[in-house]
Amino acid sequence: MTALLAAVDWGQIGTLTVSAGLGVDAMVFAMAAMGLNIHFGYTGLLNFGHVGFMAVGGYGVGIAIATWGWNPYLGLVLGVVFALILALLLGVPTLRLRADYLAIVTIAASEIIRFLARSTTLRPWTRGTEGLNEFAGEFYALNPFKATFYDWGPFFFTGNNLFIILIGWGFTLLLALLIWQLMRSPWGRVLKAIREDEDAARALGKNAYWYKLQALMLGGAIGGIAGMLQVIAKSTVQPDTFQPVITFFIWTVLILGGVGRVWSPIVGSMIFWGLLALVENVLRQFVTEGFIPPSIMDQNQVGIFRFMAVGIGLMTLMVYRPQGIFGSREEMALDAR
Amino acid sequence: MPADMATIAHEPGVSKPDPVLAVEGMRRTFGGLVAVDVDKLEVQRGVITALIGPNGAGKTTFFNLLTGFDQADEGSKAFNGSSIVGKSPHQLARMGMVRTFQLTKSLTKLSVIDNMKLGAKGQRGESFLTSIIPPLWIAQEREIEARAEDLLRRFKLDHMRNEYAGTLSGGQRKLLEMARALMSNPSVICLDEPMAGVNPALTQSLLEHVKSLREEGITVIFVEHDMDVVRDISDWVVVMAEGRIIAEGPHETIGKNQAVIDAYLGAHHDAPLSFEEEEEQLAAAMSALAETDQGEADPAGRSTEEEE
Amino acid sequence: MRRLRSLEDNPRRVAGLMMLIVAVLTAVPFPALGQEDPTQGVRVKLSFKDEAGETQPAVGVGVIVTTADGTELGAGVTGDDGEFVLATDTGPMTVSIDPSTLPEGVSLRDTEVTSRNIVVDTGRVAIALFPLQVGDGPIDTGSNITARQVLQLTLEGIKLGLFLAMGAIGLSLIFGTTGLVNFAHAEMVTWGMFAAFVAEGAATAVGLGGTKTGTILFASIAAMLVGGATGYLLDGAIFSRLRKRGTSLIAQMVVTIGLGILARYVILYFFGGSSRFFKSVSGQSAMRIGLVEITPSDLISVGLSIGVLVLVGLALQRTRIGRAMRAVADNRDLAESSGIDVQRVIRLVWVAGGALAALGGVFLGQADQVQWETGTRILLLIFAGVTLGGLGTAYGALVGCLMIGLGIQVSTLWIPSELKNLGALFLMVFILLIRPQGILGRKQRIG
Repeated sequence: MTALLAAVDWGQIGTLTVSAGLGVDAMVFAMAAMGLNIHFGYTGLLNFGHVGFMAVGGYGVGIAIATWGWNPYLGLVLGVVFALILALLLGVPTLRLRADYLAIVTIAASEIIRFLARSTTLRPWTRGTEGLNEFAGEFYALNPFKATFYDWGPFFFTGNNLFIILIGWGFTLLLALLIWQLMRSPWGRVLKAIREDEDAARALGKNAYWYKLQALMLGGAIGGIAGMLQVIAKSTVQPDTFQPVITFFIWTVLILGGVGRVWSPIVGSMIFWGLLALVENVLRQFVTEGFIPPSIMDQNQVGIFRFMAVGIGLMTLMVYRPQGIFGSREEMALDAR
Repeated sequence: MPADMATIAHEPGVSKPDPVLAVEGMRRTFGGLVAVDVDKLEVQRGVITALIGPNGAGKTTFFNLLTGFDQADEGSKAFNGSSIVGKSPHQLARMGMVRTFQLTKSLTKLSVIDNMKLGAKGQRGESFLTSIIPPLWIAQEREIEARAEDLLRRFKLDHMRNEYAGTLSGGQRKLLEMARALMSNPSVICLDEPMAGVNPALTQSLLEHVKSLREEGITVIFVEHDMDVVRDISDWVVVMAEGRIIAEGPHETIGKNQAVIDAYLGAHHDAPLSFEEEEEQLAAAMSALAETDQGEADPAGRSTEEEE
Repeated sequence: MRRLRSLEDNPRRVAGLMMLIVAVLTAVPFPALGQEDPTQGVRVKLSFKDEAGETQPAVGVGVIVTTADGTELGAGVTGDDGEFVLATDTGPMTVSIDPSTLPEGVSLRDTEVTSRNIVVDTGRVAIALFPLQVGDGPIDTGSNITARQVLQLTLEGIKLGLFLAMGAIGLSLIFGTTGLVNFAHAEMVTWGMFAAFVAEGAATAVGLGGTKTGTILFASIAAMLVGGATGYLLDGAIFSRLRKRGTSLIAQMVVTIGLGILARYVILYFFGGSSRFFKSVSGQSAMRIGLVEITPSDLISVGLSIGVLVLVGLALQRTRIGRAMRAVADNRDLAESSGIDVQRVIRLVWVAGGALAALGGVFLGQADQVQWETGTRILLLIFAGVTLGGLGTAYGALVGCLMIGLGIQVSTLWIPSELKNLGALFLMVFILLIRPQGILGRKQRIG
């Protein structure tokens, strides 16, 4: 037993865990969850198609640069514009409906976007299932980290990765500050009032519909930016990276951190990706060392097991700690009264 | 009771000398069921009007129609003489007509003071672009906060200032909802069963607050089941049954009105009632009748205890 | 029955039992499964339609798989089934074919595309498609719609609609009785499908059932039992307790999402990503009935699903418990106050919903393939059917699903079949916007 545990390289596992917690995925999901937090955490909108905003953001920048040959900065603008248009298309007709209807419409919309992006009909713009690849280069031309690899102690980054991670986390922090300011302003107070009881807000003279639309657009734009960061970081935009399950991962990140708190998406995402890497790498080493026999789990199944863990984690969190890591138990108890 | 109300005839749909609200031919149906069918109703400015009626009489639906939460199939309604048909609740609230709800809608995960501040109208910081720049709204915010604290003191909620509204008791929530509605400086306030679920100790305080609204010149319309409350604070009573207005007048005359007695006593023929509800309504009707024979109980002395 | 009741009385024991089941599942390896095909990698399937319109495999075509940076991972030629399969790590890959090795007279439809970039995800087999044609020029696909096509697609539509309805009724009734939108319900369909697959394998192994028909019948019944038991356990161990705790519907909905993710990946974990088939019905050739063609197993499935749906309708209409279900769906408080044991009714709805979904899974698996992603693919179609018919009613779910099934299949007469599901989604969104109560539902009184 101890010999087996000693055979496991805990140092490497720790490094991989920390790297994952700071990596591209953590950064992208932190930002996406910030958008979702505005929807669900502050306004109470049930958006189950958040990945759709990421998709239109990613395709906005991809199509603008790779297909139309636009200036890359205009491409970034187009990504945000696409996300805003999607928010309007979704919000104008559905925000008058019941909350769970919005959930179904948004998840359907995100699948409609994915199907369209895959289709041969839109192939001239999206290149179908293969996706677009030639657009990120212009951004990496700005990369000051010219070396191919950076090897800092146990940590290891490619120059391009380092560039996008730093930009992404920097932008995430800026957005967090913006949201923090928004949510302590009277505007944020109206959003929270709508979350608690829309009719009460309307009876007090607040145009709930308009505020919900604003929240949907703001959160959607942030989701779009997350999508843009993702496709630039991976240098490719492909329809099947925008599966509905991504939306649910974003939900898990948000709930893990604590719904309706400014910093929870960031911390939630770091913990989520750190934990996933930890589970995966520990299991991988256990499998390699024969600590877990191959009849129970092989290397392929380790990857799958991570997703099972997400499912279990989401359920357990929701049942036993719906307030997340940082939320307060008392606040949650108020809902039940 | 204001003097000019004395001259008004005690009949349904009667015109008032200075109506703040006027409704004509308002109908609302759900499927085949006619929930509200009001030929005419005017509400006098600056008095307390009670809206009573047996269960299922359409009082809450009528309230929803008045305040824009539901839209009538047909009919007209006017506020200060101008039509408000098709206006949404937030537009009406901005025009000066606010309402509370039968089941209190305190915003549980907002603090009491935030609940109050939300009620204020015309906040510059409530627009997205200005909200990012606090200097544009911070002065107004302080003003609002000061006013909110005044009101909280008046409603004896100042000790709860920073608590979540969700931690308040049922009665305190009713108080908070009323105080919050007052933050918008309304000219008309519609209270849907303000006393329901409030413990008796708080009832008196709530009643005083309602009466003090009249002294400030605010028109009050309220739905209530408790006849003692109606007798205590209302200047004018409107009785609804089966969606129609069947009687109007000061409460002394209402108890003698044959249509009202029929409506209450006959109610169980139409609406499926539980035994308890039926008992309750019978008791209410009986006590209403008994009370009018004994003459008016005088509650006027109590208003001097008001803090201001 | 007594045993069930004692479990019901003791939720902790139910939870313990569930853990035990999970533990047993985890401990039993499935050595036979997952070795025929890689569960993760690249698959190329080359086929073309010959002059007679029959699909023919393109045999002996050279294929090369490289990583994104050009490292060759493997090369070979397509086999007798026109397939080339290679197990790989995850990541972006480039798959190229050698057009000069194509069979005589066959060419690439898009002559410039001899390689495709694909991404292999964890536990997935990425498929690279190269459309082929007979001859050189672009072929005239023809725009004439024949009566035969219309009838065939109508039949396909009814088939799909009926199978979807099996899953949709449970979803709709659970929503009706508890207000919960169960995002895991489509996974019950997959769950039943795989339960039948395992039962089929077991029955064949021990020679149970004898005939192929007997085997698949046994598998279907086993799937329904597993589905019903799963419904029972889910409500007993999770959702009834959440209701008792007063957990909000939104929180419960998030729980169903977690449950759906878990169920999907549990199946992938044990069965792998490749498609499987029910061996007792695979390889059947279609029979011609009048102008349309259908395989015997599909015909039986259609007949059985109609039978089951009629039985469900009768049960809801005629039996005491069925009427109680409708009463609870109609007005829960009223039902409760008139003496109906609402919690028991809800438990039964979960059991029936689970069993029906499982049977729907068996039918879908026979008609198409046994695949871990089935639930994800049909989730939104089921939602579309349920919303179309009006949330919360069983008949609405049936009518809505039939319309969705027909719409999907018949629309391929005019739109590319890759976009056929889009129509269903658009229809659902449209219905939610203009008539949120569905086509059969009625408006609710507000306030």
